[in-house]
Amino acid sequence: MRQLYTFHGGIHPPTNKAQSTTQPIAYAPLPAELVISLHQHAGEVAKPLVEVGERVLKGQLIGAPVSGFSAAIHAPTSGTVAAIGLQIVAHPSSLPELCITLQADGKEEWAARHPVDFRTLSNAELQSHLRAQGVVGLGGAVFPSDMKLRHSIPVETLIMNGAECEPYITCDDMLMRERAAEIVRGTEILRHALNTKSVLFGIEDNKPEAIAAMQQAIDDSSLPFEVVAVPTLYPGGSAKHLIKVLTGLEVPSGKLPTDIGVQCFNVGTAYSVKRACDDGEPLIARVVTVTGNVAQPRNYEALIGTRFAELVSASGALPGTDRYIMGGPMMGLELPGANVPLVKASNCLIAASDALFPPQPAPLPCIRCTRCVGVCPAELQPQDLYWFAQSNNFGKAQEWNLFDCIECGACAYVCPSSIPLVHYYRYAKSEIRARDQEKRAADLARERHEFRQLRIEREKQEKANRLAQKERAATTANAKTVAETASVPTPAKPVVTVDDTQQLRINTALERAKAQATAARPKNTDHLTPEQLAEIAAIEARRSHIHDIAADTGADDEPPKQS
Amino acid sequence: MLSSPFLTRPLPVNQIMLRVLLALLPGIALYVWYFGPAILISLMLASLTALATEALMLKLRARPLKPFLSDNSALLTAWLLALSVPPLAPWWLVVIGTAFAIVVAKQLYGGLGNNPFNPAMIGYAVLIISFPHEMTHWVSPQSLGGVQLSFTEQMSYIFLHTLPPGLTLDAITMSTPLDTLKTQLHLGHSVGEIRELPIYGRLAGQGSEMVAAGFAIGGIYLLFTRIISWHLPLVYLGTLFVMAGIFHLFDPAHYVAPLFHWFSGAAMIGAFFILTDPISSPTTAKGKIIFAAGAGMLTYLVRVFGGFPDSVAFATILMNMCVPIIDAYTQPAIFGRKDAHK
Repeated sequence: MRQLYTFHGGIHPPTNKAQSTTQPIAYAPLPAELVISLHQHAGEVAKPLVEVGERVLKGQLIGAPVSGFSAAIHAPTSGTVAAIGLQIVAHPSSLPELCITLQADGKEEWAARHPVDFRTLSNAELQSHLRAQGVVGLGGAVFPSDMKLRHSIPVETLIMNGAECEPYITCDDMLMRERAAEIVRGTEILRHALNTKSVLFGIEDNKPEAIAAMQQAIDDSSLPFEVVAVPTLYPGGSAKHLIKVLTGLEVPSGKLPTDIGVQCFNVGTAYSVKRACDDGEPLIARVVTVTGNVAQPRNYEALIGTRFAELVSASGALPGTDRYIMGGPMMGLELPGANVPLVKASNCLIAASDALFPPQPAPLPCIRCTRCVGVCPAELQPQDLYWFAQSNNFGKAQEWNLFDCIECGACAYVCPSSIPLVHYYRYAKSEIRARDQEKRAADLARERHEFRQLRIEREKQEKANRLAQKERAATTANAKTVAETASVPTPAKPVVTVDDTQQLRINTALERAKAQATAARPKNTDHLTPEQLAEIAAIEARRSHIHDIAADTGADDEPPKQS
Repeated sequence: MLSSPFLTRPLPVNQIMLRVLLALLPGIALYVWYFGPAILISLMLASLTALATEALMLKLRARPLKPFLSDNSALLTAWLLALSVPPLAPWWLVVIGTAFAIVVAKQLYGGLGNNPFNPAMIGYAVLIISFPHEMTHWVSPQSLGGVQLSFTEQMSYIFLHTLPPGLTLDAITMSTPLDTLKTQLHLGHSVGEIRELPIYGRLAGQGSEMVAAGFAIGGIYLLFTRIISWHLPLVYLGTLFVMAGIFHLFDPAHYVAPLFHWFSGAAMIGAFFILTDPISSPTTAKGKIIFAAGAGMLTYLVRVFGGFPDSVAFATILMNMCVPIIDAYTQPAIFGRKDAHK
């Protein structure tokens, strides 16, 4: 038995996984229309490569990565581009994203596929292949997988994350049960790229079927991989915590796992890596759990861009559903509706109702009971972070390591006062990011201003220098002339002439201004007739009366001060 | 629309407070057994006063009544205060103490969750400073065989201030075992001689030692149900034990044994029910240890060398004051920053 380590905290929420594992993975029906977001990954929005009306083939590149931190987007099926524009997608900000709407033609006509033999490829070549195939992490963070193959020091241990610790989600579980051989193959490719010695599959011990299937596939492949059953404890599937459990190493705050010689991939990502290399198929589909308030909770392999509503109706929508959650109930995202499309990050869709997730009671004040401290896997002081966040004391929140919070929700799960703690942390983080951005913008503006001042100063200086040079040249020339022709009388100093004319001009201008001022002096308030004065007095009296009335009513209307 | 998590399963505040109230029951039962039912009247008076003043203050502060009246925190403050005050005392004593605890020490600081000091201990401190005379008349335990008042006679003293004819208050009350110890030591008696007095039992005061044991039983229930963490009670009692032990070993004639300190006065209720108030105690493990050790030392020093017979309240209040600074300087290392912290 391998020695396992523990991490601090964690909770045991009811798993609710059994419902969606009774049926094998089904292929979701091909939708008539798909909406493909160009921002399905961590990093920058991909650049659309197609035009409205263009026919595209299944697997054709339709969005190109714009920088190192971006990912490629492919057409999930063959059809015609119906629209390119902003649409509401599954994103925490609820802001619309650039999407390509694709009218499927039902032919599923593939573009040319480019399988590669990974054994002949170097790490760099594999990186560019995975990048071209749009492979990103399918565990939820959708980080471009090619970037995770970069490393500065040798990677000793490759950890395959099959923990799947969040309640309700079973897509990795089912994938491991049904497609273990492909996952092992994808892992072999990743290990080849990283050249790691040991490969560990971390799977929570509440998935015995998946553990058995993976073990069988590894035995069949005779690769030296190891399946490790880890204790079921939320959030044990967080990469940093799975690494801790399996190796005892803590990834230092702000560092990457590769900095300590470990890398971690989700098992679903390994499956996509296999498809991308052996079959030359880009990432255009994924397995997604559809569960909650549906007649038949199960997993589907669905095309990216399929609207969630289609998956819900495939599973049999039940009355009572009033909202949809993408991801699990602990870290998931409430969708702006069922019409948003499936993205690469969509591991689970929960049709939710008050019966499943009862509304929380109104929060009470924090009683500092520190139950949140007891469950925080990041070993933070959630009650202090809450205090700082709700009082907008962001500096203190950062000092108390707000950004080490992984937003797992364990604190809010146990909070006796029902305080939506993670909500406060997200608020504080976004405020701090916004302020940082503002500060950077202000710094930039100040820098520009200072540079401009400097430039003006420099130009002035240069001009003065040039003038002085000219003058010197003129004087030397004069001196020469004087020396050469001594009989010629010295000309009048030109500088004096300039001064005189200038002074004259100033004087004239002053006089003109004075004259104008005198001309404009008689205002309409001067030289008033007695009748006019009387009228003004009457108006003033009326105004002061109105003023008094206004003051009185104002005092009456003033709202009572809140305590 | 709030963000995730959408699933929570907490033990709500009112349940936590309720369990603490339940944990007080063994001590209260033994109190009634040894000292008669007068304490029940105190508990009732304090509870009513607490709920009434809490409601009034919530109304004045324009806060909702229902969630705060049903959180059981006012009741807990009331019970802790009632258990610290002599049961056979004029009704207004416990009413004033409770009202001060709720109005000033709790609500004026912002209500639930915002009081820097333990409200019950502030109420107690106000009473012992303002009404020292009323605060020293404790009922003699029934086991001493003196005159015992019936329930109605106790009621008539509490509410009407009348005793049965021919009885004085001194005939039915006594000072606490801690107080007696202090006075007798001043008079030049040795600990051995004093412990022979009839008011003392096996460990400490007759009757009161059993009540303390009752609180300890309740406290152990709180420990096992994880309502409180071990740090505060264990370190507090440990410090008190070690302090008393050192002095006792050094001079047993003048310094009473550690167990006497444990089972006297408010040590047990303080360890499990008063110091453990989460709102006014530190949040870090290290901080809790410092806090409890400080309170233990202060309790011992004031009991033995100070002017008051017992000092759990003052020890608590003094340590409450230190909580912000203790918390600030005892922040533990977090995940992924342990090396930097060392």
